[in-house]
Amino acid sequence: MQIKDRPIIIAGILIFLAIFTFPLWSAMGKTAPEPKVELPKDVKECVAPKDYMRTSHMQLLNEWRDSVVRDGNRVFVAFNGKQHNMSLTSECLRCHTDKAKFCDQCHNYTGVNPFCWDCHTYPKESK
Amino acid sequence: MMAFNRRDFLKIAGLSAAVGLGGQTAWELLLPGHLDAAEMPAASGLTAKRWGMALDVKKFTPAVRQACIGVCNQSHNVPKIDSKQGLKWIWEAGYEAAFPDLEAEYVEDEIKEMPFLVMCNHCDNPPCVRVCPTKATFKRGDGIVMMDMHRCIGCRFCMAACPYGSRSFNFHDPRKFLPDPAPNKDYPTRTKGVVEKCTFCTERLAVGKLPYCVEASQGAMLFGDMSDAGSAPRKALRTRYSIRRNAALGTNPQVYYLI
Repeated sequence: MQIKDRPIIIAGILIFLAIFTFPLWSAMGKTAPEPKVELPKDVKECVAPKDYMRTSHMQLLNEWRDSVVRDGNRVFVAFNGKQHNMSLTSECLRCHTDKAKFCDQCHNYTGVNPFCWDCHTYPKESK
Repeated sequence: MMAFNRRDFLKIAGLSAAVGLGGQTAWELLLPGHLDAAEMPAASGLTAKRWGMALDVKKFTPAVRQACIGVCNQSHNVPKIDSKQGLKWIWEAGYEAAFPDLEAEYVEDEIKEMPFLVMCNHCDNPPCVRVCPTKATFKRGDGIVMMDMHRCIGCRFCMAACPYGSRSFNFHDPRKFLPDPAPNKDYPTRTKGVVEKCTFCTERLAVGKLPYCVEASQGAMLFGDMSDAGSAPRKALRTRYSIRRNAALGTNPQVYYLI
């Protein structure tokens, strides 16, 4: 049996493939802009070494949360002996004042959506 | 040349596994001691074996009651919703609603017509804690029945279990009913789908302050350690007659009303 509409069918398949793979080839050679994290200028050290904060701040925040809410401990003695009040809004945001220029940069880049701010409040975001 | 023996293989395998682990585990393995940190309560915090409260009911004026309610709602970002879906931390209840078990046909006029301030009783035997499937609500070592909003799944078993109606469910996103920004930026709001209630202001006790309502009550609310015979509420309870809400249920409420 002969297929009469061969050119039309092949064209259709090609158009379908072009549309279907659009997300792949449209971004070819391009990369998403790297996150630009604005670090506090006057403070040099965080509550833990920078590399640790970069990879594991979420575990640290979870530990703070459990420690404050469940055990009533509010003081964190850091690796360098400094004492910190275990609080996202009053301690982390004290130095990292702008959520949009700090937290959101990497969270948007990596596509994670932590729900901290559903309840915890932050100062007005910069646009 | 030395053969690649079992020992070398294990060393390399172990090292690559450690590198691959990442995060906290790698830190602890490769640089032990670098993350050493400690957590402890603030030195300025108030502590007790058993927090409790006594309310001197006749000292309350309508203005004082409103001040207590107002400062609590404001400081804990409790939105005002005028319906059955409203949220209550501390509120007014009439004698019959507050003390349904104290059945007496004739009661002193003043008591019978007086609105009482009611809140979570921070029971010694809290039924809400018993039924919570996630331990989101729990009793602290100092007796305070606390909520961990991060764990609450909104099943509302605790609301069914509490005989005092002290727990409220967030049927809506509370931020829709609060001004933006929320009245107290240092206290979180809640989110839709969690249960909330009075916490005896644990966040204030932790920094050495008394609960907001106690401060606003102009001496009508006595807050202290119920295990300490010299504390303000215990002293008052030794010389005055007091009632508790539905104590016959066996919850052992720790909020006393001095009559």
